[in-house]
Amino acid sequence: MIMNYYDLIFYLFAAVTLLSALMVVTNRNIVHSAFYLLFTFFGVAGLYVLLAADFIAIVQLIVYVGGILILLLFGVMLTNKITNVEIKTGTINLVPAVIGVGLFAGALLAAVVNAPWKINNTEQAFPTTKILGTLLIQEYLLIFELLGIVLLIALIGAASIARK
Amino acid sequence: MTVGLTHFLVVSTLLFSMGLYAIITRKNAVMVLMGIELVLNSANINFVAFSRFGNFGYSGHLVALFVIVLAAAEAAIALAIVLNIYKNMSTVNVDEIDNLRE
Amino acid sequence: MHESTLINLSLFILFLPLLGFIVTLLLGKKVKSVYIFENLIIIISFFSSVYLLFSKLTNFRTTKITSEIEWFSFNNFITGSKLSINIGLMIDNITAIMLFVVALISMLVHLYSIEYMKGDERYNRYFAYLGIFTFSMNGIVLTNNILMMYIFWELVGLSSYLLIGFWFEKKSAADASKKAFIVNRIGDIGMFAGILILFFTYQTFSFDKIFGSISSGQLPFNSDFWLTVTGILLFCGAIGKSAQFPLHVWLPDAMEGPTPVSALIHAATMVAAGVYLVVRIFGLLTADAMLFIGVIGMISAFIPATIALTQNDIKKVLAYSTISQLGYMIMALGVGAYQFAFFHLVTHAFFKAALFLGSGSVIHAMHHEQDIRNMGGLKKKMPLTYWTFVISSLAISGIPLTSGFLSKDGIIASSLAFANLTGHYLFPIFSLIVALLTAFYMFRLIILTFHGEPRDHHKFEHAHESPFLMVMPLVLLAVLSIFIWYTPNPLNSEQGWVLSKWIEKPVIHTPENSRFDFMKSFHNENVLSNKSYIDSEVYKEAMHSAHYPAMGLSLFVAVLGIFLAFAVYQWKKINADLITQKLKPLYNFSYNKWYFDEIYHKTFVALTIGLSKVLAWFDAKIIDGIVNGSAFITKHFSFFIGNFDKYVVDGIVNFTAYFNGFAGLFVRRIQTGKVQSYLALVIFSIVILLFIFK
Repeated sequence: MIMNYYDLIFYLFAAVTLLSALMVVTNRNIVHSAFYLLFTFFGVAGLYVLLAADFIAIVQLIVYVGGILILLLFGVMLTNKITNVEIKTGTINLVPAVIGVGLFAGALLAAVVNAPWKINNTEQAFPTTKILGTLLIQEYLLIFELLGIVLLIALIGAASIARK
Repeated sequence: MTVGLTHFLVVSTLLFSMGLYAIITRKNAVMVLMGIELVLNSANINFVAFSRFGNFGYSGHLVALFVIVLAAAEAAIALAIVLNIYKNMSTVNVDEIDNLRE
Repeated sequence: MHESTLINLSLFILFLPLLGFIVTLLLGKKVKSVYIFENLIIIISFFSSVYLLFSKLTNFRTTKITSEIEWFSFNNFITGSKLSINIGLMIDNITAIMLFVVALISMLVHLYSIEYMKGDERYNRYFAYLGIFTFSMNGIVLTNNILMMYIFWELVGLSSYLLIGFWFEKKSAADASKKAFIVNRIGDIGMFAGILILFFTYQTFSFDKIFGSISSGQLPFNSDFWLTVTGILLFCGAIGKSAQFPLHVWLPDAMEGPTPVSALIHAATMVAAGVYLVVRIFGLLTADAMLFIGVIGMISAFIPATIALTQNDIKKVLAYSTISQLGYMIMALGVGAYQFAFFHLVTHAFFKAALFLGSGSVIHAMHHEQDIRNMGGLKKKMPLTYWTFVISSLAISGIPLTSGFLSKDGIIASSLAFANLTGHYLFPIFSLIVALLTAFYMFRLIILTFHGEPRDHHKFEHAHESPFLMVMPLVLLAVLSIFIWYTPNPLNSEQGWVLSKWIEKPVIHTPENSRFDFMKSFHNENVLSNKSYIDSEVYKEAMHSAHYPAMGLSLFVAVLGIFLAFAVYQWKKINADLITQKLKPLYNFSYNKWYFDEIYHKTFVALTIGLSKVLAWFDAKIIDGIVNGSAFITKHFSFFIGNFDKYVVDGIVNFTAYFNGFAGLFVRRIQTGKVQSYLALVIFSIVILLFIFK
C-alpha cells in the first residue's frame, strides 16, 4: 500500500488537532487546556495548508495563536489568582452531554460520510494571497469595510465593558 | 483511499463535537470560550475544504477570514464580559450564574 | 300708529311681569330692595296698558287685531295632512279693557302690599308671586286660542296656589292652597275635555277659526247635542276658576292668603277669568248650554248670598259675596246679557278690590283681627277706609250713581227681559232676592265693623288709619266705582260709552235651530247675516219694556236690604238674636255654609280615600306581590347562575390553572437558568429533529 506524503501529513495534522482538542476538553487544568488549544490551532493551520489555503493558514496562526489564545490566557490569569492552585475546573452535565454530543456527532458523521459530494478535484494549487486581496477590495469591499467597523466597535465595547 | 473532502469533513465534525462538549460540560467561562473557538475552527475547516473541493472559487477562504475576524471580536468582548462577571459575582463558573432563571 | 305697534306693546305688557318675577325670585334673598324693581315693572306695565287701551279705543275701535305664529307642527295621522299648532295674540276691546283692569288692580295691590306685607320674612318672594300671577293673567287675556288660554289658566291656578299658601306655616293656609288647587283641577278636567273635542273636530285652537267652522255648519260629531256638551265642558273650567256651584268651596278657604292677594286674585281678576272664558266662547254656546250656565250662575249667586248673612269673618263675608257676584255675571251670560256680564266684571273688579283692600286695611289696623264681632266704631279711627268702604258697598248693593247700579241693574233687566221672552221667571226672582241679600249683608258688615261702640277696646285703642300707600288704592278704586267714568246718565247705562261703543255686541255662531227664539237671525230683517242677535227688534223691545220695572225693583230691594240692615244692627229695632233663635235650623244651615264641606267630605273625599285605600291594598298586595314574586324568582335564578359560575365556570378555569401549575412543576425543572443546560437541550432537540426529518 502506498501512502503518499500528502495523506501522511494530513493524518498527522488531523491527529494533532483531534488529540489536542480532546485534551482541551477533558483536561481539568485551564492553563493546560489553553496550551493544548495552541496545538489544536496549529493542527488546523496545517490542515489549511493541505487545503491550499496558505493565507488563511498564516492568518490562523497569527490571529488565533498570537491573539485569541493570548487573550484567553489573560482571561484565565485575571480570573484566577495565580497563587491559587485552583485553576482546575469541574465539569457538569457530563452524562447528557456525552450522550447528546455522541448522538449528534454520529448523525453528522453519518450524513457527511454518506453524502454524495460532487467533487471538483485535482486542481493545481496557487498562492492565494494576491487573489484574496483583489477579491477583498473588489467584490467583498462592503463586507470588508463593515467588518472593520465591527471590529472597531467590538474593541471599544470590550474596553468599555471591562472598565465598568 | 486518498484523502479527500470527506476526511476533512470528518475531522471538522469531530472537532465541532468536542467544542460542543466543552461548551456544555465545562464550568469555567473561559473554557466555554475555548469550546466556542473549537467550534468556529471546525466551521472554518469546512469552509476552506468546500472551497478547495467544490466549485466556489475563493469565497470560502474569504468567509473563513471573516469568521476569524469575528472570532477575534467575539473573544475580546466575551473576555470583557467574563471579567465583568467576575468583578460583580466573584466567580466565572457558568453554572452558578443563573440569574436568567428569575 | 300701526296694528303691529299694538301687538308689540301687548307682548311687552305680557312679558314684563315675567321678567319681574324671574329677577325678583332670583335676587330676592340677596337684594332686600328688589321689590322696588317689581313694583316699577308693574307701574310701567300699567301705563303701557293704559296707552294700549286708549290707542285701541281711539284708533282701532271696531277692528280686531290678531297676530299668529306657528308654534310647532306635526303630521296629522287622521287626515294625512300637516297640522300646525299656532299661538297668537288677539286684541279686541274686551281684551284691552280687561288688560287695563288687571294691570290697574295689580299695580294698586302691589303698592298696597308694600305697606301691608312689611316685615314679612318672604317679602320679596311675595312680590315675585304677584309678578307671575300678573304675567299669567295677561296671558289669559291676550291669547287668541284656547290652548294658550288653558296653559295660562293653569299658570294662574299655580300662582293662586302659591299665594294662598304663602303663609304655609299655618296648616289652614297650606290646606286651603291644596284645596283650591285640587278643586280647580276638577273643573279644568272638564275644560280640557272640551278643548279636546274642539281640537278633534276643527284641528285648530284658534277662537276665530273655530267660530268660522261652526258658522259654516261644522259641528262636533255632527250634532247640536255635542256642541252643547262642548260648551258645558268648557264652562266647567269657569265653574272651577270662578268658584261656581258646586265647586265654590275653595274660594272662602282661599281667604287664608294675604288680604291683598285676595283682592287681586280671589276677587277682581283671576276668579273673573272664568267669566272671561265664557265671554270668549260665548259664540259657540247653544240655548241648552246657556240655560245650564244661567242656572249654575243663579244657584251660585243665591247660595253664597245666604251663607254670607251669618258669617263673622270679614274676609269670609266678602268671599261669599264674590262668589255671589260671579254667579251674577255667569247668570247674566246664561240669559244672554253678554255686555252687562262683562261690564259687571269690570265694575265688580273695582269695587270688590276696594272692599277687600278696605278689609285689609281694617285687619291691618286691628292687628290681624278678622272677626267682625270684635270690631265696631272704627268709623272715627279710619275715616278714609270707612268712606271708601261705604261707596264700594253702595256700588255692590246697586244704589244709583254708582257703577254697580249700572251693571247690576242691567243684569236684572236682562234677566227680566229673558224671562219675558222665554218664560224662565226664576232668573229675575232670584236675582232680586240676591240683590236684597247682598245689600243686607254688606251693610251688616259695615255697621258691625265701623259703626256702634267698639267691642274690643284694647285693639280699638291701637287702631289707626292706614298709611298713604294703603289708602291711595282704596280712594282710587272707590272713585272708579262712581258712574261718571262709564256713562253720563246714571240711570241708563246703555247710553254710556262703555256699552254703546266699547263692548261690542256678541256674534252668535251656533246653528239657528239650537238658539233661543229671540236670538234667531231671521228676526232681524235688515241684517243679512246673523251678525248680532241682540239687535233683533224683539229683544230690544223686551229690554226696553223690562228696563224701568227692573230698575224700580232692584232699587227697591237694595234700599230695603240696607234699611233692614240698619234696623237690625244699627237701631236694634229688630232683635237679631231673637230671629236667630226662631230660625235656628236655617241659621245653622247658613252658618255652616249649607254643609257643603261636610257633604263633600262625607261623599267625594271619603269616596276618594276609600278608593285610594282599595288601590293601595291592590298595590300592596297584588302589584307588590307580582313585583316581589319576580324579585324572588330573579333572586333565586341569580343564585343558581351564581353557583353555576362559582362551581362550573370557575371550576374549569381553576382546573386549567391547576393543570398548568401541575405541568409547570415538571417543566420548570428544565428552566434552570443555566446556559449550558439549555444548550444541551438544544442539542437533544436537534438530534431528535434530525432523526425525524432524516
